[in-house]
Amino acid sequence: DACSEPASLPAEDISTNSNGPKQDLLFDEDPEDLFAEATEEVSLDSPERDLLLSDGPSPAITPITPPTSVITPCIGHAHDDMFTHSSFDEIEEEEGGDLFDMNISVSDPEKVGDGMNAYMAYKVTTKTSMSVFKRTEFSVKRRFSDFLGLHSKLASKYLHVGYIVPPAPEKSIVGMTKVKVGKEDQSSNEFVEKRRSALERYLMRTVKHPVLLKDPDVLQFLESSDLPRAVSTQALSSAGLLRMVNKAADAVNKMTIKMNESDAWFEEKQQHFENLDVQLRKLHASVESLVCHRKELSVNTAQFAKSAAMLGNSEDHTALSRALSQLAEVEEKIDQLHQDQANADFYLFSELLGDYVRLITAVKGVFDHRMKTWQKWQDSQMLLQKKREAEAKLQFTNKPDKLQQAKDEIKELEGKVQQGERDFEQISKTIRKEVSRFEKDRVKDFKTIIIKYLESLVQTQQQLIKYWEAFLPEAKAIS
Amino acid sequence: MHYGMCCLCVLQPRAVNVDLQTDATLQVDISDALSERDKVKFTVHTKSTLPNFKQNEFSVVRQHEEFIWLHDSFVENEDYAGYIIPPAPPRPDFDASREKLQKLGEGEGSMTKEEFTKMKQELEAEYLAIFKKTVAMHEVFLCRVAAHPVLRKDLNFHVFLEYNQDLSVRGKNKKEKLEDFFKNVVKSADGVLVAGVKDVDDFFEHEKTFLLEYHNRVKDASAKSDKMIRSHKSAADDINRIASSLYTLGTPAMFKFEFEFTSSVVESGLLRFCFIALQKIEARVAADEDLKLADLLKYYLRESQAAKDLLYRRSRALVDYENANKALDKARAKNRDVLQAETSQQLCCHKFEKISESAKQELIDFKTRRVAAFRKNLVELAELELKHAKGNLQLLQSCLGVLKGNT
Repeated sequence: DACSEPASLPAEDISTNSNGPKQDLLFDEDPEDLFAEATEEVSLDSPERDLLLSDGPSPAITPITPPTSVITPCIGHAHDDMFTHSSFDEIEEEEGGDLFDMNISVSDPEKVGDGMNAYMAYKVTTKTSMSVFKRTEFSVKRRFSDFLGLHSKLASKYLHVGYIVPPAPEKSIVGMTKVKVGKEDQSSNEFVEKRRSALERYLMRTVKHPVLLKDPDVLQFLESSDLPRAVSTQALSSAGLLRMVNKAADAVNKMTIKMNESDAWFEEKQQHFENLDVQLRKLHASVESLVCHRKELSVNTAQFAKSAAMLGNSEDHTALSRALSQLAEVEEKIDQLHQDQANADFYLFSELLGDYVRLITAVKGVFDHRMKTWQKWQDSQMLLQKKREAEAKLQFTNKPDKLQQAKDEIKELEGKVQQGERDFEQISKTIRKEVSRFEKDRVKDFKTIIIKYLESLVQTQQQLIKYWEAFLPEAKAIS
Repeated sequence: MHYGMCCLCVLQPRAVNVDLQTDATLQVDISDALSERDKVKFTVHTKSTLPNFKQNEFSVVRQHEEFIWLHDSFVENEDYAGYIIPPAPPRPDFDASREKLQKLGEGEGSMTKEEFTKMKQELEAEYLAIFKKTVAMHEVFLCRVAAHPVLRKDLNFHVFLEYNQDLSVRGKNKKEKLEDFFKNVVKSADGVLVAGVKDVDDFFEHEKTFLLEYHNRVKDASAKSDKMIRSHKSAADDINRIASSLYTLGTPAMFKFEFEFTSSVVESGLLRFCFIALQKIEARVAADEDLKLADLLKYYLRESQAAKDLLYRRSRALVDYENANKALDKARAKNRDVLQAETSQQLCCHKFEKISESAKQELIDFKTRRVAAFRKNLVELAELELKHAKGNLQLLQSCLGVLKGNT
């Protein structure tokens, strides 16, 4: 099948429009992801798929130092200083944008249609003063597949040149089916709210990226009331995409990419993201466990409250009986506090961590693309070498036509090699910028969330003080 | 005939005998305890001016089984049928805690040094808390006996306090355990007796209805409070783990490549501080509830059972008395063994009346004790919750102040 194709595909064999039979097989890998939503249409002209194939399989192996015979890429070391010390503002000025002032809200989820063809429509409202937009406030209606469509367009344009494209929210078969079927219960409401919030975070993250913000697809998504249905959109979630990438990588066993990491920065950063990935996943798991236990605590507190009320009823000492009923009321209120806290834990913490775990996967993907770019460049170089050797041999034969052809091919390949080197330098430069931006945002995001979380805890403590202060005199009144 | 309300105050570690309202002629406490592999050794310390003791102050070492022996000797003593026998202390149970410590030891390799140290401290604190609680429970039992005007004179009690050799009260053998089992079966069958027969005496009728319902409600509340506390502990454990992760994430190494290096170091330190604080906050609240509410409910579950047992004994005596009356009537009718029947009837009558009289007072005192204990513990619970909520608030607000100010 497609995953066991030969390791190095010559770049020029793949065109963006080939629809060979081997590409169908790639779909069978993940039927769940591809055909999950009945309303999603799958087309063979997917940008992701072509992106995948055109860059060749991506090796998931850490680069090691190559033997000296391999031509080493030369990265302008002037970049080191520029990017380790440049500030975000400098970068923005570089790109000539005005200061970021934008707020997007996703609201008013509305069920459209009936049965299995139903979907949720969300209102996307943008408020901004930035010059790139025609108006200062505008709304459009969008559905989930529109968001996925936007993401796949952005991914196909920017991932392989090193931009960290924020992943779209996860699809959920179970969640959506409940909504379609018309179950109006708490869990389906929770699901819709979870999704709405995730879509909002997704858009905000996307527009905060100075390059993505200016992308015409993004602008169209936010502004145009008529968005062409994402018919040709591959129903691939970002997780699905990366799963496929990794599957391809796994199948390419024992392939080592030898890169000269004279640029220690990339190696260190890659290790850093590996560590971060592990830590964040661990943290995410703990927070999810906390949310679960807090919900449990809320239920148990409510049950205890009822039990205490019953105990109060059966107590025959009047003042004690009253105090016990009051205790029951306090515990009921505390139960509500636990619930609210669990929600805060969830929305503030757990979801953010989930976002970051997915984001880090995107970051790792971008590093992988850099390696693929390097490999492509190396492959061109090696091919050039071979052609040069072949041409040298042809010099001694009397085949002027072949010689000319060889010379032409060499000229073309020299161009390719130069392009490969430029691509590699460009992606490296872009990644450095992106990683800086990402890390800065990460720290800011976490700090904001922690502040919000602490504030929610402050509220809880203040409420607790209120409740117990009201109860204390009741307890003292027992005589 | 009122005994002091000292007993529930000992549920705090080492706050003993402060409120003992009876005379100082007999003061008992557990001055020391040693936890060995599978048993706990309590040092029972007595101070007494009573003439029956050889010295005024002395200590002996006792184990749990000896407490149980003492309790059972009270229950089996017919003379004490009219009293609420102070409930026996529960068996020291460190199994769960020990298992956790063992699991931690096994998993040492898989966690960071900080995590391990922190978890070890938590588990050791838990072990210590359980230990303190079992000491308190055993002490409460002795205090209650010492405060009871009749039980404090019991000979077995004095032997327990003074005899400095092992009482050789080996654990019950199979036969005895079986006997106990049947005794309990009979008791519960007769429990129906207690509920079914309407009492002539209004006081006892009311008490019966009340106790039956109360006991069940306390049982339910005790179980639910345990569940609540378990959830709280699970959440606290999660917060521990979160704190550890954040601690690791907060290492300067994670912030190393930031151009805002210095401020990141400060922030990372703050993060860690905040989360260690949070973890303490959650763990504390769970411990408070445990002490105050759960222990209180558990204790009154056992006390209300002891009160029920008293009512049961009285009912049995009443039945015996009624049967003796019937036997006497029959004897008189047949004019045979009348004297014997009369004596028997008088004995039963006397026994029943004696039990009724003391039972009445016991039940009144039970109510007084109960109300006082609940009051004390509810007030202390509210005060502790307030103290901690205010402390937490302060801590959180200072964290926020620094975090926000550092932007």
